[in-house]
Amino acid sequence: MSELMAQLREWRAAVERLIPPWWSRALAAVLLVIGVILPFLTGSSSGFLNGTIVAVAYAVMSLGLNVVVGMAGLLDLGYVAFYAFGAYCVGWFGSGFFFGVRVHVGVSSVANTLAGIHLNFVLILVAAVIVCAVAGMIIGLPTLRLRGDYIAIVTLAFGEIIGVLAVNGQSISVGGGMTLTAGNLGISAVDAPWFPGSGSFGLLDLRPWYWLIFGILLIVLFVNLRVRDSRLGRAWVALREDEVAAVSMGIPLVKTKLMAYAIGAAFGGMAGAFFGAYFTEVNAGQFAFGFSIFIVAMVVVGGIGSIWGALAGGLLLGYINNYLIPDVLNNLPSKFGLNFQLTSVSFGIFGFLLVLVMTVRPQGLFPERRRRLELTGEVTAQDAELGSEPKGQA
Amino acid sequence: MSTDAVTPATPASPAEPAAPPILVAQGITKRFGGLIAVNDVTFDIPARSIVSLIGPNGAGKTTFFNMLTGLIRPTEGRILLDGKNITRSRPDVITARGVARTFQNIRLFGAMSATENVMIGHHSRMKAGIFGAIARPPWVLKEERAVVERARELLDYVGLRRADFGRLATQLPYGDQRRVEIARALASEPRLLLLDEPTAGMNPQESAALSAFIRRIRDDLKLTILLIEHDMKVVMGVSERVTVLNYGSKLAEGAPADVRANPAVIEAYLGKEG
Repeated sequence: MSELMAQLREWRAAVERLIPPWWSRALAAVLLVIGVILPFLTGSSSGFLNGTIVAVAYAVMSLGLNVVVGMAGLLDLGYVAFYAFGAYCVGWFGSGFFFGVRVHVGVSSVANTLAGIHLNFVLILVAAVIVCAVAGMIIGLPTLRLRGDYIAIVTLAFGEIIGVLAVNGQSISVGGGMTLTAGNLGISAVDAPWFPGSGSFGLLDLRPWYWLIFGILLIVLFVNLRVRDSRLGRAWVALREDEVAAVSMGIPLVKTKLMAYAIGAAFGGMAGAFFGAYFTEVNAGQFAFGFSIFIVAMVVVGGIGSIWGALAGGLLLGYINNYLIPDVLNNLPSKFGLNFQLTSVSFGIFGFLLVLVMTVRPQGLFPERRRRLELTGEVTAQDAELGSEPKGQA
Repeated sequence: MSTDAVTPATPASPAEPAAPPILVAQGITKRFGGLIAVNDVTFDIPARSIVSLIGPNGAGKTTFFNMLTGLIRPTEGRILLDGKNITRSRPDVITARGVARTFQNIRLFGAMSATENVMIGHHSRMKAGIFGAIARPPWVLKEERAVVERARELLDYVGLRRADFGRLATQLPYGDQRRVEIARALASEPRLLLLDEPTAGMNPQESAALSAFIRRIRDDLKLTILLIEHDMKVVMGVSERVTVLNYGSKLAEGAPADVRANPAVIEAYLGKEG
């Protein structure tokens, strides 16, 4: 068995030697081009494109949670709260929900005539980032003295509090007959994003939605890569590895941890704002505890701490959840004479997949380079460069 | 090993015969519930000296260390660094003020290479924040390159083989891990270096080499060293002054030869004769 493994490892090393050093950049360029032209390869309102849009938004959330859970090592089980904050930013600042006021900034001529607060989607995104970063720090504060599982409990509770607040917000008056949220009824008729010269963001043509979330993904990915290879990224890893040693080496505990919470939350808020607009509704029922776990699963399946892993995990689970199960395989059981649809057992399928990944590949699909080194002890030429030179281009 | 590769952390001031103490601890007491771990210890460290803290196991040496570096706060007493009160300062603030340490049981960052470990030591001397990290302007790139350069210099200085710079710190041999830990502490540009049992687990040759190295660090980098050590050969060979703790209280203090001859110290270590 071990001989076989050694042989495999040798082959792998041989293959790796054959790959030219520029391959990763070439691959990134190819993926980028595919990403941009993807909507032209499929119908403009196909189920596949819809699945892709949701999967990319999941990937944004997964990348955000990976900052907190993966890089900084703070297990956050209440991440859905930032989805909620982001979505409510759209509900509050991009709909007629606050009907008593009239604020319009950079919106289409149609929205310009409506009551309520109507801000341009870019401004809403900025608002979501700020609101979530602040909320992230607030949730971070009580966990600063805690470690490991205890952080998970506090963040879980925070997620639940926000969920309950969203449901009962319809009873919280903010004056003028207006309430904080619309609870399970949902804030609906949320403005579609509008940019000067952009195509219409509607249900018939999903392509603008796709490019919007793809753009958000690229921004989040860029920030992730830059921060990972920075003073701050190193400080997170150090805190994750040994808190006592890290603070003794001059890393400010509070500031560094809160920064991780804030950045992770900001990404979640961006995805949340997108979802709010895409689903044209902000409903308290969307922010269930199960979704927090689902995002954690994306990070774990991809490989905790790995940016490419979080991306792959988010896309994979997103596709399975929103395309493969409901669109492609939903009627599979009936072909075997079974009287149920696959969507009704989707959580069972995810459970099975999680168990499978954890048994066969516990480090995740694309493990963080550091963790792979720890697990295997192998040092390749590329790995030897860990912390050598900051890379000019991510 | 290049001796002149590392520049002193602070501009060298002319060495005076009676240097003022860099650190003063006044009446330090630490109680954990009913247990008195450190009891009213008053202690100072003359600048540029090598001072040792010894005592039987459980005498409160490491607790005392942890109070000096801000990891735990004393119940009573004051700690002054260069005359300024650091008793209630956070550990990272104390590090930024020029105190660095190593740990008794090595605490390197397992998932980081030797170089990266040393880079962490330099954290408090760097400036890049979140926006610097994202935008990565030229000064941040320069800072990053400089910290890598500096980390390599320090690893060279402590005698790590270049081939090992990129290896995970925890996969290095034990002795090399000690070296990396010292390099990491030096990277914070300390004026006072605290070494917690640096020769633990070393053979006599390695201990002797380390003693020489400790003296060399002090002379090259013009810093002050406080040592916790069990190896009496190292303590007697390297220290200019020895303080003995026993059951949390100061038992004796003085030149190594005097302390060695002190009956109370012998009794604490070996028990009473007869």
